[in-house]
Formats: sequence, C-alpha cells, structure tokens
Amino acid sequence: MSRIAPLLLVALLLAAWEIACRALQVPGYFLPAPSAVAVALAENLPTLAAAAGRTLSTAVLALVIASGVAVGLAVVTALSPLLDKAIRPLASVVQVTPVVAIAPLLLIWAGLDHPGRALVTLAVLVAFFPIFSGAVAGLRSADPDLERLFRLYGASRWQTVRRLRLPASVPFLLEGHKVGAGLALIGAVVAEFAAGSGKVQGLAWQMLDAGNKLQTDRMIAALVVLGVMGVALHAALEALERAGLRWWRGR
Amino acid sequence: MTVASLLDVEVDYDRGRALGPLTLSIGAGEIVALVGPSGCGKSTALRLLAGLEDPTRGEARRAAGRGETAVVFQAPTLAPWRSARANVALPLERAGTPPAEARARADAALARVGLAGAEAARPAQLSGGMAMRVSLARALVTSPRLLLLDEPFAALDEITRRRLADDVLALWATSRPAIAFVTHNVEEAVYMASRVVVLSRGPGRIAAEFAVDGPLPRPEGFRAAEGFRATAEAVSAALAEGIDA
Repeated sequence: MSRIAPLLLVALLLAAWEIACRALQVPGYFLPAPSAVAVALAENLPTLAAAAGRTLSTAVLALVIASGVAVGLAVVTALSPLLDKAIRPLASVVQVTPVVAIAPLLLIWAGLDHPGRALVTLAVLVAFFPIFSGAVAGLRSADPDLERLFRLYGASRWQTVRRLRLPASVPFLLEGHKVGAGLALIGAVVAEFAAGSGKVQGLAWQMLDAGNKLQTDRMIAALVVLGVMGVALHAALEALERAGLRWWRGR
Repeated sequence: MTVASLLDVEVDYDRGRALGPLTLSIGAGEIVALVGPSGCGKSTALRLLAGLEDPTRGEARRAAGRGETAVVFQAPTLAPWRSARANVALPLERAGTPPAEARARADAALARVGLAGAEAARPAQLSGGMAMRVSLARALVTSPRLLLLDEPFAALDEITRRRLADDVLALWATSRPAIAFVTHNVEEAVYMASRVVVLSRGPGRIAAEFAVDGPLPRPEGFRAAEGFRATAEAVSAALAEGIDA
C-alpha cells in the first residue's frame, strides 16, 4: 500500500485537474487538461525524445568533465597544503556564482557557432562543487592510524594518496557524483534557457519554443519528459552508489 | 641488547607537557607493559618508540629499522576496501616485495593467527576479534624486531582478549621480537609482560617497575598462581599511588 500511495495521489490530482479544466472551461493556452498534455506528448514524442537526448548528453558530458576536474583538483589539494589554501576559496566562488549570471559571458566566449560548448561549460560549473567538496572530504576521511602506518612503512605522499586516501574517499565520491549528476542536468537546462538560441535544440529550447507559440500543452509535455529524465537519472545513480558501496565494503 | 630506547624524553603539546622526563629501554626479546592512568602519555611513549612522533626534548633511539618495526593500534585499523590478505600484505607492498611472494607471506601470517580460510574476507565481514587478528598478522608479516601494541585488545570482550593474549605470547615464542605494549588492564600487563612499567599521572614519569617471574608463554593456571596475584597487587598499588601523587 505504501508503495502505491504516491501513485494514487498523482492519479487523484490528475483527475481533479482534468475535471476542473472541463468543468470551468479553462482555455487550453492557459492550462491544458492532462488529457491534452498526453496527446501533445504522444504527438511530439520523437522530437521531445531527441531534445531530451541532447540535454542529457550535455549533462553527462558535463558530469564527466566536472568529475575529472574536481577529483583532479581535490587530489592536488591533498598533495600540497599550499595549493589547498590557494584552490579552495576559488572553488567556493564557483559554487556561489549563479550560473545564469555567467551564461552570457560564456556564450560570447564560446562563439555563436558553438553554443554547445558554453552549455557544457555552464553545466560543468554547476556540477563541479559537490564532487569537489565530496572528494576533499573523502581524501581526509582515511583512518589517521592507517596514515601513521603508511608513514611507518615509508610511503610517499603520492603513494599515500593513491593507495590509502583515494580508495578511502570512494563513498564520498559516490555521494558527490550522485548530487553532481542531478545538478549537471539542472545546469544543462538552465544553460539552455540562458542561451535561448535554436542552435542547441534541447528540452529547454522545446519549452521556450512551445511557450512562444502559446502551445502550453507541448510546454507541459516537455516538462513531463524532463521530470521523467531527472527521476530516471537519479534512480540510476542511486543504484550505482549502492552497487559501488557494496563493492567497496565487500558486502 | 637494546632494540629501542627513550633517553630523557619530554613531549610538549599545546596544552602543556604530555610526557616525561622519561628514560626507558626495550631489550631484545623482552616484553614490556606500560600501564598508567589515562592521559599519562603512555600511548605517546609508544609512538616515540615507533618513530611515529618525535620528542620535544631528549632522544628516541631505535636499533630496529623502519621495516623492522610494527605497530598494532587499539582499533584493527584495516582498509575496508581490501581483503584480509591484501591488508596483511600492505607493509610488504610498501617494502617492494614481489606480489606473489607478498601474497604467500600474507596467507602464512593469517594462518599463524588462526585465520586460514578467511584470506578473501573483507573487514566488514569479520568479527572484532578476527579483525584484530588480521591487524596482528599485518604486524607480524614483516617479522619485526620491535612490535608495539597500543591497547590492542581494549575493545574486545574478556574471553577474546585472554585468548589473544595467549596467541600473542605463542607468536612471540616463535621469533622473539621485542614487544612494548600499552594497557590499562593490570592483569593483562602482568600476564603478558616480563617487565611492567608503571607511569605516574600525566605528564607521565616512571612511578615503579616490576619484573614478572615465570615462563613465557604462560603455563595453564598462571593467573591463579601466588606470584601472579602478588605482582598484580603490587602493580595495582603503584598505579593507585601514581594517580594520587
């Protein structure tokens, strides 16, 4: 019962929405009924799916890049206390700067012919911080006595990072990537909105385009696709995290 | 012959002196127990002997090289992502032993502590006592000349810690490393050690020293013997005096 409770609630809300739209004769451009959204979804499915694919590939590429940069920088901070002091405040600056505010600048730098690069960069900026701070915390999470043993065995700082501190940080990395992936998707969509151009026809562009044409049903259909994609991505990463932790702990 | 010694060492931390002045030497094949009230710096003394820490004043000398010194902490201190075998092989890996040989020696060390068959298990799959044995195997795998144990059985139940005390003595008998261990359990100190050093309340100095007679490893019923009881009483009295002083 508790498993189907949320589904029941959704069904109830959809029914109320449908009935309200019909009874009050709400105009379709203002608030289309769920049935109208379903029709729009079915009619536009190939376009929407292709758009979702583009947005998802922006997010995934951004996640991969953010992961490499964030983990790399975190390892650098672990190796050098001086660089640690230098890098960490800058990382916080990246975190607190709203992506929408940097978008116009990046779009100029990327050039009109390559708005995709700006989108990926923006999504990278959003996904970077949780992965970086997770990696930094993880690299500090190794048992201090194990670190003493490594020193006793004569391990260098790099060997300690590679053999002890990086493996010890795996649970933190998994968590950081899970959060980072969700943010990369949000970042990709926000960046598409900020770009606004038809050059990269992702889900956000579909929504903008539908909005301009007052096709509110298509707008909501795009939103539904975005929601489903977000939930699927989250579920996939939860599963990945669980599997990763099982592998790490050995049970 | 002396394996490790502390000469007039003092250790200062931010909050004041933690240890000393203290002079202590561990002879080859000797088993020395360090007992004292909490905060007296007995674990610090052990870290000085291991070379994990340097004294503020005075000198720590070791005849045993880095590769010949092994430490066992209060917690098993195992890497959760490594199997028991890979945990035990860690010091060999760092010393550049070829993987096949490291593996064989790790398995042999695990067999010595009674864990044959558990080579592939991860720490999360082991009981507290088993994990401690893995930790012990990791310390023994390099055949150290100096073995330092920092309250190694404190977190274990009475039966397990008694069994491990006998195991440590049996392992000691095969290669006779010098052992220094910290404990706050007087019975354990007297049972395992050939010499018990009582430290005073912090900053710790030597309050009293006792030689423990009797064969090592201990024969059956040693805990009930007259000598054992008398020495344990004397150590307890010295400990109480050190706390009150």
